[in-house]
Amino acid sequence: MQAIKDQFFSRHNPRFIPILRHARIGIAGAGGLGSNVAVTLVRTGIGALVIADFDRVEASNLNRQQFFLSQLGETKVDALKSNLEKIHPFTLLEMHQIRINEENVVPIFGQCDILIEAFDTAESKEMLIETWCSAFPKKPIIVGSGLAGVGNNNALKTRQSGTLYICGDETTQLQGRISPMAPRVGIVANMQANCALEILFKGIQ
Amino acid sequence: MNIMVNGESMAWQPGMKVRDILNIRNYTFKMLVIKVNGTLVKRAQWDSYRIPEHAEVSVIHLISGG
Repeated sequence: MQAIKDQFFSRHNPRFIPILRHARIGIAGAGGLGSNVAVTLVRTGIGALVIADFDRVEASNLNRQQFFLSQLGETKVDALKSNLEKIHPFTLLEMHQIRINEENVVPIFGQCDILIEAFDTAESKEMLIETWCSAFPKKPIIVGSGLAGVGNNNALKTRQSGTLYICGDETTQLQGRISPMAPRVGIVANMQANCALEILFKGIQ
Repeated sequence: MNIMVNGESMAWQPGMKVRDILNIRNYTFKMLVIKVNGTLVKRAQWDSYRIPEHAEVSVIHLISGG
């Protein structure tokens, strides 16, 4: 396994590896954004992920989330853990089957260097940002906002305000026939993951 | 005197609060996050938090979907 591990990391910039391996990133939600962010970050070889979600896998999730037909009815955290472990065993996975609220953000994600917001509703996004930024004014939080629909690639962007990063078009609302679909959800999730790496590796070449 | 709101210039008035910016700019999104000079201003403080001169204000729309 050590040989596989060495090979896994062999193409990375050697200066990135210790930072990557010591990084601990929180993902609040394991749905469309969260499951995709988790897969991408495990692919990078990130040291540890802390992932929280209360929900179970439903058939409607399969259109954009990193779950499989055989996992219907399983908790998302159990299903995602098993899928991530199939990629490789070099990322520590701390899973919490719980609904995140103002009280448990700090106990669950407090040890993380960066928090990635991957919730569904705007209300819960606001709660998470307010709670995180109040508790940890210096720690980054990366939010997804505006990712429904199809097309319009170039409207998707990242905006920074202090320690808050927003990925998405900040415009497209879920309404009527505009639903979240795999390509744009995947793009925004990967923008969030990419943004996290950029923060981690800042100043290192 | 001016402040910058999402990169656009806006007139500043003494005693101006976060809520005034939202009203003047006619922001109608229900869920917003407001940052003033990089510091988050919680929803509960929108009626009381004073905007300093030359402030950089970010108004971020939070949209469901994920």
